[in-house]
Amino acid sequence: MPTLLVLEQILNGLQLGFTLFLMAAGLTLVFGIMGLINLAHGSLYMIGAFVAASVTGATGSFLLGLLAAVPAAALVGVAIEMIALRRLYDRDHLDQVLATFGLILFLNELASILWGARPLFMDVPSWLAGTVEILPGVPYPAYRLAMILVGALVAVLLYLLIAHTRLGMLIRAGATNRAMVGALGINVARLYTLVFALGAGLAALAGVMAGPILSVQVGMGEQILILTFVVVVIGGLGSIKGALVGALLVGLVDTLGRVFLPVLLRIVLPPANADSVGASLASMAIYILMAVVLAWRPNGLFGRAHA
Amino acid sequence: MRLTLTAMAAAIALATVPAAAEPVRIGMITTLSGGGSALGIDIRDGFELAVKLRGGELGGVPVELTIADDAREPQNATQIAERMLQQDKVQIMTGIVWSNLALAVVPKVVRADVFYISPNAGPSQLAGRQCHPNYFNVAWQNDNLHEAVGQYVRDQGYDNVYLLAPNYPAGKDSIAGFKRFYDGGIAGETYTKLGQLDYAAEIAQIRAAKPDAVFFFLPGGMGINFIKQYDQAGLKSEIPLFGPGFSFDQAILGAVGKAAVGAINSSQWNRDLDNEANRTFVTEFEKAYGRLPSLYASQGYDAALLIDSAIRVVDGDLSDADAFRAALKKAEFDSVRGAFAFGANNHPVQAIYVREVVTDEQGRTVNKVLAKAFESHKDAYTDECSM
Repeated sequence: MPTLLVLEQILNGLQLGFTLFLMAAGLTLVFGIMGLINLAHGSLYMIGAFVAASVTGATGSFLLGLLAAVPAAALVGVAIEMIALRRLYDRDHLDQVLATFGLILFLNELASILWGARPLFMDVPSWLAGTVEILPGVPYPAYRLAMILVGALVAVLLYLLIAHTRLGMLIRAGATNRAMVGALGINVARLYTLVFALGAGLAALAGVMAGPILSVQVGMGEQILILTFVVVVIGGLGSIKGALVGALLVGLVDTLGRVFLPVLLRIVLPPANADSVGASLASMAIYILMAVVLAWRPNGLFGRAHA
Repeated sequence: MRLTLTAMAAAIALATVPAAAEPVRIGMITTLSGGGSALGIDIRDGFELAVKLRGGELGGVPVELTIADDAREPQNATQIAERMLQQDKVQIMTGIVWSNLALAVVPKVVRADVFYISPNAGPSQLAGRQCHPNYFNVAWQNDNLHEAVGQYVRDQGYDNVYLLAPNYPAGKDSIAGFKRFYDGGIAGETYTKLGQLDYAAEIAQIRAAKPDAVFFFLPGGMGINFIKQYDQAGLKSEIPLFGPGFSFDQAILGAVGKAAVGAINSSQWNRDLDNEANRTFVTEFEKAYGRLPSLYASQGYDAALLIDSAIRVVDGDLSDADAFRAALKKAEFDSVRGAFAFGANNHPVQAIYVREVVTDEQGRTVNKVLAKAFESHKDAYTDECSM
């Protein structure tokens, strides 16, 4: 296998990883600060993609779609937090899972009432269409490069936010000891709403970025949610750094596994079997990775033991 | 005296009301919510349109249509079927989109002496060993559209094709169907994860393998993802894309737009087929629902037309099951796809067309018939069916 192809596949893995990071960052923040398992995180991703597809379709501008979708999803997030989730913080995780699963069903049906059952159209903006020759003989879609850049940019901004701002300090404090933050006179309810809105906005950003390359349809949130949970569990619940490392690991293992497992198996098996067995093994690869990480570090790579 | 006359007239009128006024009870189980609901909604809308155009009747008999949503879950479909058989006492059933649901429901239905008209799913089992006189498929056997692409790709002289399908039974069937009529070289064969989102890795492999054509079967959202990403990678203009009509139905074309233009796919039906029944269907569908019909809608519509024709043959009397079965088998209706007949295993013997995705004069992305892959094609499982 030529080196160029390997390099291209590594880039593909990074790109998938950064998309997953946008999702995982929000999910892990909400879990770290509020102790809430939010299955409806994927629905916020879907709302981001739907709003962006509608606005982009109506105005012809991808940027307007992006600018409309992120605040819209953040507002929906705030509404969900204030109406439903606020009551669940002190409850059992099972209650939270049930309630947020209910939210998935509710938001999916709402989306199909508002937008219909047919998938929506969303295209790559014209200024990011086409390919860029990253290495001689390896054309790479410009839009995917943009996705990598956006993911990396968000990672840097989140680092600055968390390490160098007052809000970040509260988030870190909240993740360490929630009760103490409240006792020190911080308006915890407002902090929670803010964090949830931030998580919703990040999920929507992931949805907007995914819109042009994926199918914008009801239920798209659940497909990516499973991968996101794998990332969060590998990285360690509540850790942004863990979300980044976990996302890139999952992106790379998934992509490279799909490409190279069938090739490797062909050395020992006839081609037809190798393709089929390789495909099955590749789809298990990230779960095997998760099992290995958990056996080595039960709280994930960067997780702390939670009470 | 006048009063008596009126009474007599009324009595005569009552006596001559035909026995056929009793409605025919039809049960439809289909997918109306969750993933893949666009297909079920199209089937339902096509079926209902045919009934509506006949004033709420089929074959001159009022229709009592019960519709239920299976949400693509086999256990839902089985429960609904149970209820329709026991409580609603339906005489005919139809509607199921997916093969795994059809395999769970159809054997039970036909054993209960109820007729099942499949508007979509055509698993090989029901065409072969598990075929049944009460089961009719008005769409296709699952392999048919893949076989047509295989035939066409071979006819066009392609000799190095890359194959891509999800790693599950229908994916493997599609590749097998393609290969049944394509005997040329294979540049590569990739099975992807079911529900996979990103195909960048596979697309890079395709580019490296340098095939002269790509055949793929990725139903629903997976296909949308792949078509968009294949176009964005700049491969569409270099290596032509072939697939079954399922990957290029009207709902998918609406979602991928110009990314699919130029792709070649197969279907037993298309919007531009020039026959009277199809013109009526296309015009009325667009008028009633404000969207372009898909092949699924055409199959729902044809299912209703088949039932309509058979009820008419038996004069609305479904009590003689043998007569009704014979009437269904005759398939004396004007299908929207043109010529239509049932083979020995109650599956269609029909023409399968090759279509190209184009942009029409209104700027919409639609399919245009290019050629015929098969004139009158029957499925590969007929011989396994002993009926």
